[in-house]
Amino acid sequence: MTTILTGSGEFTASATNGLWLGAADAARVTGWTLKPDGMCRDDQCVPLPSTATGAGRVDVEAFWRRLGNPVLCADDRQTWVLGDGAGDRNAALGGLMAPDFSLPDLSGTPRTLSDLRGNKVLLVTWATW
Amino acid sequence: MVVAVAEDSRGQEHVRPWIEQAKAEYWCLIDPDHRVASLYGMANVPRAVWIDERGRIARPPETAGSTDHFRNMDPKTLTMSPADQSARDAGKAFYVSAIKEWVATGRHALDASAAQEKLPRITDDIALAHAHFRLGVWLRRHGAVEEGSRHLADASRLHPESWNMWRQSADLEAVGKAAGPEFWARVQALGHKPYHQPPDLPGFPSGRRGG
Repeated sequence: MTTILTGSGEFTASATNGLWLGAADAARVTGWTLKPDGMCRDDQCVPLPSTATGAGRVDVEAFWRRLGNPVLCADDRQTWVLGDGAGDRNAALGGLMAPDFSLPDLSGTPRTLSDLRGNKVLLVTWATW
Repeated sequence: MVVAVAEDSRGQEHVRPWIEQAKAEYWCLIDPDHRVASLYGMANVPRAVWIDERGRIARPPETAGSTDHFRNMDPKTLTMSPADQSARDAGKAFYVSAIKEWVATGRHALDASAAQEKLPRITDDIALAHAHFRLGVWLRRHGAVEEGSRHLADASRLHPESWNMWRQSADLEAVGKAAGPEFWARVQALGHKPYHQPPDLPGFPSGRRGG
């Protein structure tokens, strides 16, 4: 099994030939759905070259790069990172809505920033190092 | 509400003593992948973002009251003069009182154009650096120390302004290395550039003697 790290978390999927995934896995990992027009999400479809799709599978590495996002893999090609692109990140911040996230507290309970909507929030980072 | 996020790749058990000692009633969250730094374009700690009731950024990431007075420390004893200590404390107190004013009256919140002007600009190199950082931390956590360190070094090379990336990588090599001689040499190399850019609040006591 291949491990794929994305902004939404850590996924495992059965990948072939790099990061070719079946349509269901590709949708689960990326949030985009394979359709005849390409990879689609909401009203948007990104066309794919014929070299990047076939037999119900999609080359997720090629797709992710086509979106302008960084892709990395470990030497053994069993662990991949589908990173967030600068364009998406700047656009999200530029809209001034605080980017949402869920992180665990000490007990392991996940806490989601947007659950605090309706309150003023001071988001502050620190570190032990 | 306060949300305190530990940017700590060593994870939950490593940060536990700090959080337990703080006895905080607010959320203390643990962020081994530095996800928040990536989402908000933060390059150091402590950084703060003010978020209003509608979930809108009222003040983009800025230094959460820390100052550069620590740079005047005696390099041998790592102690600060009483004057520097009180100046540093004054910076923190000023920032906390600004937050309280915001909560009570809305003061210091920026309008949209002022907030947008202060947003960090994320470049392709920075975006790629965050991907390398993520992979490096994952690989180290899963035993591929050498390969992971290579990706962490790539992250720092692509995003040299990120103290988060460099210091976290140093800390993963050895606890304490993030505040060791290499760190101080890097701080020294800043020259007149700030380590903590002072928050843009009227009257913030940012002055550092000596330089």
